[in-house]
Amino acid sequence: MSDLISQNLNMIFKTPKGEIVHALKDLNFKLKKGELLTVLGPSGCGKTTLLNIAAGFLRPTSGNITLNGKEIDGPGVERGMVFQQGALFEWLTVAENVNFGLRMKKKDPIETSKKVDEWLEIVGLKGFGNTPTYQLSGGMQQRVALARCLINNPDLILMDEPLGALDALTREKMQSLVLKIWKETGKTIILITHSVEEALLLGERLYVMAPRPGRIHKEYNLPFAEMGLKEDLREIKKNKDFSSKREEILSMIWNMEEEIMGKEN
Amino acid sequence: MFTQIITILILVSIIGCILYGRRLIKTEKVDAVFGNPERAKGGTHWIIVGSSAILLVWLYYSWDIAKGFYPKSANELCQVAKINESLLGLKYQFPIEEREFKSTSIIKIENKNLKKISLEIQNSPDLSNIQKTVLVDFINKTNKLIPLLTNDNLMEINTKIKIDEMTDEIRLLSTNFQKKDYPFETTEQKNERQKAIAEQGSWGIVTVSAGTGSIENTIEVPLVPETDRGLKFHAAAEQLKKINDKFFKLRNHNPQFKNAIKELKSEIKLYRKNLDDTEEVASTYAKNIVKIARRIEFASIYPPNALNEMQNAIIEFDNLQKTEQGGLRLIDILLFPAGTIVASGPSCSEQGSGRWLPKPSDTLNKFILMSKPSVGYKNIPLLWIDMMDVSQIIGFILPDWIADVLPGEYPVHTKDGVVKQNFKGKVLKIVTGDFKLFKIPVPYGHIWDSFLRVFLGLVFGILIGVPLGLFMGLNRFAKGFFDPLIELYRPVPPLAWAPLIISVLGIDNTGKVFLLFMVSLSIMIISARAGASGTQLSKIHAAHSLGASKRQILRYVIFPNSLPEILTGIRVAVGMCWGTLVAAEFLAGTTGIGFVENVAKKYFQYEVIWITIFIMGMLGLLFDVTLRKIIDKTIPWRGKG
Repeated sequence: MSDLISQNLNMIFKTPKGEIVHALKDLNFKLKKGELLTVLGPSGCGKTTLLNIAAGFLRPTSGNITLNGKEIDGPGVERGMVFQQGALFEWLTVAENVNFGLRMKKKDPIETSKKVDEWLEIVGLKGFGNTPTYQLSGGMQQRVALARCLINNPDLILMDEPLGALDALTREKMQSLVLKIWKETGKTIILITHSVEEALLLGERLYVMAPRPGRIHKEYNLPFAEMGLKEDLREIKKNKDFSSKREEILSMIWNMEEEIMGKEN
Repeated sequence: MFTQIITILILVSIIGCILYGRRLIKTEKVDAVFGNPERAKGGTHWIIVGSSAILLVWLYYSWDIAKGFYPKSANELCQVAKINESLLGLKYQFPIEEREFKSTSIIKIENKNLKKISLEIQNSPDLSNIQKTVLVDFINKTNKLIPLLTNDNLMEINTKIKIDEMTDEIRLLSTNFQKKDYPFETTEQKNERQKAIAEQGSWGIVTVSAGTGSIENTIEVPLVPETDRGLKFHAAAEQLKKINDKFFKLRNHNPQFKNAIKELKSEIKLYRKNLDDTEEVASTYAKNIVKIARRIEFASIYPPNALNEMQNAIIEFDNLQKTEQGGLRLIDILLFPAGTIVASGPSCSEQGSGRWLPKPSDTLNKFILMSKPSVGYKNIPLLWIDMMDVSQIIGFILPDWIADVLPGEYPVHTKDGVVKQNFKGKVLKIVTGDFKLFKIPVPYGHIWDSFLRVFLGLVFGILIGVPLGLFMGLNRFAKGFFDPLIELYRPVPPLAWAPLIISVLGIDNTGKVFLLFMVSLSIMIISARAGASGTQLSKIHAAHSLGASKRQILRYVIFPNSLPEILTGIRVAVGMCWGTLVAAEFLAGTTGIGFVENVAKKYFQYEVIWITIFIMGMLGLLFDVTLRKIIDKTIPWRGKG
């Protein structure tokens, strides 16, 4: 029962000019508890719309989406979200940021501070509790965002290009961290990314989406996330299967982009 | 003494800093190119030079340097001014101040006038030939008056004697002037003068004991001569003035001239009488000729060499007094810029183009005087502390209706004429502050009043403006509903509201606080609104998915996120309120720093005006620095998010 189920999800926007944009069309998918889904696609294919619907920030035009059998009709604690830029509250310290969700629920401060320390250790920010967030580097900010989301113990974690703004080295470290957390907590995760490599590395399942109208173009079941738990991520990238998949997806997205350009011209 | 030290310090610091700066420039050439912003960094020494230069210019143009180094100079120059004034009339008679004798120039001018009028008459189409002949005849007669005056042989012996007398008097004065103890003052006279000196006080603002009480001295230069040198000039000026008067009473008229002019006048008078209305032009010309004749009569025209001796005597004395001035002339030129005392004549006034800069020392004196709570301005101190009973504050805060709404009646007096207090009556006493508790110090005075008005206006503006602004930034209804109201009153300059608000709410604090509230309200609304609508959507989304309620998001996300805008708004509002307040206090009121300046303006109290300007500047700076500190403390993340 603890699944994310989407049935005939449709999302239609109206631009200020009066044009109708079909952001999502008849989206059907099912995500089992503990699965890690990565979503890939060219810009404008509705990835973020899908995530916003799952988070409850948007209502679908038609169709429905349920988590654990309950229809999603607004933002909730059971669905945590991690944003591209962290979206940290810069007027609060690292610990206060992580503590935010618990504080809103008016939990006992002594208990929560213990929990905050635990989570800071998990994401590798031990001792940074009193640092103001604006003094952190991009990678550290994303760690705070992860901890802030996870401390609420959500059933589903939604990540909107969480590693997009990071440099290559930090990115690799963060990818391992995401995998580690996924394994240890057994959370259901949807991760949106622009990077094909990242999608292949992290995704247990991978959706490649196509634009206009936004739809799932192809679905993959991948072994690399499991492998990544044991092996070095760079070793996996040398894997032949990995490179062939990467080339395949890249050319797929390339074709889609070409098609859009053609339509516009 | 104080000014001297300051002046020397300023000069030393200016020269020192310039030398240091020049040395620094030499090293700079190596590592900095033009356009590199690094070049503008640092430079405390140039700040010292800049501020010192301002102070130096102030000291110089307000004559404070002169006062510091030569405190007696103004008084002495005042005496010199007196002598110059007395000499001036005489000097203009001779080629001393002018190029030619006064007599010569008068003769030249009148001859020219006569020639001009004669030409006009001859060419005039409105005059008949007979008229022309008569008028030209008059002109010739007038012309013949002049030689009667300039003829040495015709000059009366009496006039000659009088001129010789005056010449001797001037010569005697010259001899005496060189003597050390001139004007031979008796002990009695000296004592009297000393008394007058004590009463007139010294140059600048000081309290002077006069008669029974003490008065504040004005800033004019003291008139009574204080030094021996000054006394010499003063006495000589008096004497010269008498000679001067005598000279201008003297007329060089001999019997022949008197007869000639009498004849001419009566002739013209008769001629004009016989003219009828149609011959108005001829009448006017005749009248003009008489005018010239009269001018010649009163112009003290003398024969060419008659006044030579007197001229020499005056030149001799003038040179003597100039030598006697000595270093004083140099001080006058170097240390009394922008209008000299000498130019102001015997009134020795300091009024002039330099006057709007009062002496720094005077300003300081006046400031110290005004700072005394017993003096203050218009019987109200600038800033002082008053002991106030707490009961009054309680009475002010608690509204009176608390007692009114209680059950029961207020006590009524009994037959015996006694009032027995009951509970309701006691409560009324408390809410009206009619009881005694302990006293606490409360500040009051002009500065405090101004400060309190700004503070209250600002606090009300913030308390109402910030929530309203946040609401407007988040809610379509609030934005639509309040926007027209605010946009209607905000573009009006705050001072344009002042007359209306003051006439409705009175000249007291209520009106001014309300005006300042209006000023700060619009600024706070706009800044809070900008802060709220500028919140990043991802932050609000994050807060939502972390389980925050609407109220919590407002309190913990939107409000702190708008803080930078709100605090910047407060900083702007403080500046606006401060400016509006002073202008509002100009309009009406009985206290406040703007009121002080306005009253000072009416009485030309330049020092007070400068003091108020200074106080306002300092308070404005204080507000801004304090706010900047608060901003740095409260929103360290500003610009770093």
